[in-house]
Amino acid sequence: MKLDVNGKQHEVDVPADMPLLWVLRDVIGLTGTKFGCGMAQCGACTVQVDGAPIRSCVTPASALAGKKITTIEGLSADVTHPVQLAWIEGDVVQCGYCQSGQVLAAAALLAQKPKPTDAEIDAAMSGNICRCGTYQRIRAAVHRASELMASGTKKEKSHAA
Amino acid sequence: MLRKQLSVAANLGLTPSPPNPPPFDGAQDRLEGEGLERRAFLKATATISAGLVVAFAMPGAARRAFAQQGGAGPAPTSPNAFVRIAPDGTVTILLKHSEMGQGIWTSLPMVVADELDCDWNKVHVEHAPAAPAYAHTAFGMQMTGGSTSTWESFTQLRQAGATARALLVAAAAQKWNVQPVDCRTEKGFVFSGTHKAGYGELAEAAAKLPIPNEVKLKDAKDFTLIGKPTRRLDSKAKVSGAAEFGIDVKRPNLLIALVARPPVFGAKVKSFDAAKAKAVAGVVDVVQVPSGVAVLGKHFWAAKQGRDALVVDWDLGAGATLSTPGLIEDYRKLAQKAGTVAKKAGNVDAALESGKVIEAEYGVPFLAHAPMEPLNCTVEIGTDGCDIWTGTQFQTMDQGTAAAILGLKPDQVRVHTTFLGGGFGRRATPSSDFVAEAVQIAKASGKTVKVVWTREDDIHGGYYRPMWLSRMRAALGADGKPTAWAHTIVGQSILAGTPFEKMMVKDGIDATSVEGAADAPYLAAIPAHRVDLHSPTSPVTVLWWRSVGHSHTAFAVEGFLDELAHAAKADPLEYRRALLPADARERKALDLAADKFGWGKPLPKGHAAGLAVHASFESYVAQIAEVSVEGNAVKVHRIVCAIDCGLAVNPLTVEAQMQSGIVYGLSAALHSELTFKDGRVEQSNFHNYPVLRLAEMPKIEVHIVPSTDKMGGCGEPGTPPIAPAVANAVFAASGKRLRQLPLRLA
Repeated sequence: MKLDVNGKQHEVDVPADMPLLWVLRDVIGLTGTKFGCGMAQCGACTVQVDGAPIRSCVTPASALAGKKITTIEGLSADVTHPVQLAWIEGDVVQCGYCQSGQVLAAAALLAQKPKPTDAEIDAAMSGNICRCGTYQRIRAAVHRASELMASGTKKEKSHAA
Repeated sequence: MLRKQLSVAANLGLTPSPPNPPPFDGAQDRLEGEGLERRAFLKATATISAGLVVAFAMPGAARRAFAQQGGAGPAPTSPNAFVRIAPDGTVTILLKHSEMGQGIWTSLPMVVADELDCDWNKVHVEHAPAAPAYAHTAFGMQMTGGSTSTWESFTQLRQAGATARALLVAAAAQKWNVQPVDCRTEKGFVFSGTHKAGYGELAEAAAKLPIPNEVKLKDAKDFTLIGKPTRRLDSKAKVSGAAEFGIDVKRPNLLIALVARPPVFGAKVKSFDAAKAKAVAGVVDVVQVPSGVAVLGKHFWAAKQGRDALVVDWDLGAGATLSTPGLIEDYRKLAQKAGTVAKKAGNVDAALESGKVIEAEYGVPFLAHAPMEPLNCTVEIGTDGCDIWTGTQFQTMDQGTAAAILGLKPDQVRVHTTFLGGGFGRRATPSSDFVAEAVQIAKASGKTVKVVWTREDDIHGGYYRPMWLSRMRAALGADGKPTAWAHTIVGQSILAGTPFEKMMVKDGIDATSVEGAADAPYLAAIPAHRVDLHSPTSPVTVLWWRSVGHSHTAFAVEGFLDELAHAAKADPLEYRRALLPADARERKALDLAADKFGWGKPLPKGHAAGLAVHASFESYVAQIAEVSVEGNAVKVHRIVCAIDCGLAVNPLTVEAQMQSGIVYGLSAALHSELTFKDGRVEQSNFHNYPVLRLAEMPKIEVHIVPSTDKMGGCGEPGTPPIAPAVANAVFAASGKRLRQLPLRLA
């Protein structure tokens, strides 16, 4: 099957039921997308499909032919997406394992709602578990990313929504 | 830098491993974990230029520094380097501890860089290999745990930085024919009069100079980094997918293995039928190992499907009768009997005969650590030894275990520490369980293998925080103060049967079972007191879980103390203050938290406050929780936290670790619990082992007590006080005293 990942076409020969997560990680070699639960409970495996956040651990890759898949590696070419910049500025990460999913969930939220309220952030981000407890800094960083987007920080070569 | 290393590797005829996602050009472009590249680099430095390497050798207790020479000298394969300065001025700091979120990837290099006076923007960090020189200065093995990393290495790292600086200054002084005292350093340069030279250009000459016997460390007032809020060095890699965790390791011809492990603790494989597993496309092999049956596949999905298809007949053994209600009954019976005494003063039984006597039972369940990155370990056995890539907290123990399995010497086992996707204690097993198993599978199959645990494997896999029960009794005098205190603890010993038993189990008392109880700060003010312990055994494997014994003792002690304050009709804050010694550091934390919270001031309608203070890992933490109770739901609105950890090397990290410890503790306070039925753990994944999510996140304010007292830790001390603070707040809000975690109103 053919997959469009971060703007690049990949021809992969995998079982039809194989979740996108493992195609990305074990076949294509993009390991930024993480395995956390395997049942859409934790959000570590979040990627964007045509701009919408999905859980790649329960989504068969075969369902995504013709769609644009964006992983953390494709969010920006040089780590300059406003969400990434806000995360760095806000010193959000700790172990970092969940953060690929957190960043992509936040980027998808901001694409839909450029100025989200705390309640909207809670609703959009509560599917992404962080055991290190970075939630408070995540909330602040989502607001900061919103400001950066409004002030026109450039988002170069991004394949994200 | 990376590209240079790779090109040199190619010149040497070595094959670099497949490149990871494109590296950055910043300080964080190089992530430890690719052993081949590392070895190539070390060889390469013999032929290009090594610059300066400062290493520590530690023969016995006496530490001495020495420099390894580059250029024409022997290859600087120093297994114990702390600082390397390359000709281009890049400063590489080797981290002997594991970065698992706690921020030492930044705060420990800050310590080196401050003394070195280098350019912080040119600092590059790598995990050190496993080697005796990287041993923990207190525990004697290379490890990360017990919230000790910062204080245990603080002086050592300052000396490493100061030694490197002294050598660079000496090289500059020699070059300019001036005295070292006439030189000064700033941001990676040495200056003297009109002279100026970068560390990179001085490094090679510095490496040829004798190491000074003593170096002067900075006065605290001259610190440029230590004590200053400093952003993390690993952020960029962690928001771009470039950070390499153990689960991300790539090797040539790597197979993924999943293991069918016993469904109940202590069960053994009777027989298995691999036919269906082997019929799954992509499954390569099925091998039996001591821990179960491993299915090896070309990718995770094949190995997972193969394991699902595998048929194993288990001999369940005695563990199959285990049930949580039965266990609680057993513990209750034990708690009625006198245990092994851990702390005692006065005649407690007599004192409990008079005054107002209060009795209560506190309990906490088994818990899994559930780090976001499921356990994993990659093993490659070669002709010259074995390479292991994993996120571990116990490098040299894992190394020794692997060596014993393979019949190798420890130094033939190269442990490459990756970033850890959370640890919380689970990646520090005295049995090296997840490393030993991976080594066994690699040995049995003859393949390069990465063992990956599913979340279900993790939740069912044992090494839990033990279930604990505390029977608390106290008598109050006429003034409301306790005249007697009896605390009987029941729970499995974490250290029994481990190499730590000799050091930390004394006279039948596992120190980690009673920590926070036997040394509770209130005991000194209570004339008759006794803390005793029962350590029942079970087939369930148990382990340190963030804050270890404090995770249960703080809940029992601070909850019960709140009950005593209520019985005495006293304010919980004043009641504690009256019992704490005047110079107690708990008091400073408590007072700061109370002041910042506005203790005693009106709260929004329906809200109530509860507090707790607890010392652990040499730090003192007070927390005040503001909650409301709606129906049977507890909502936590705000937490004010104050910590006295002595010098706060990086206040941004201290704040993050307090938030982190609180969230981890809130998950346990409000949600998480493992229960047994017919020997099987009833929970399996985050749907029935819930943890705190963002929508429930209270506002947390962290305040650091300005302190020059002894340094303590930060990774764990934020966790113990939160459960009792919330439980005490729930009582204040609802009148319901909850004594069992997770807190449930119905």
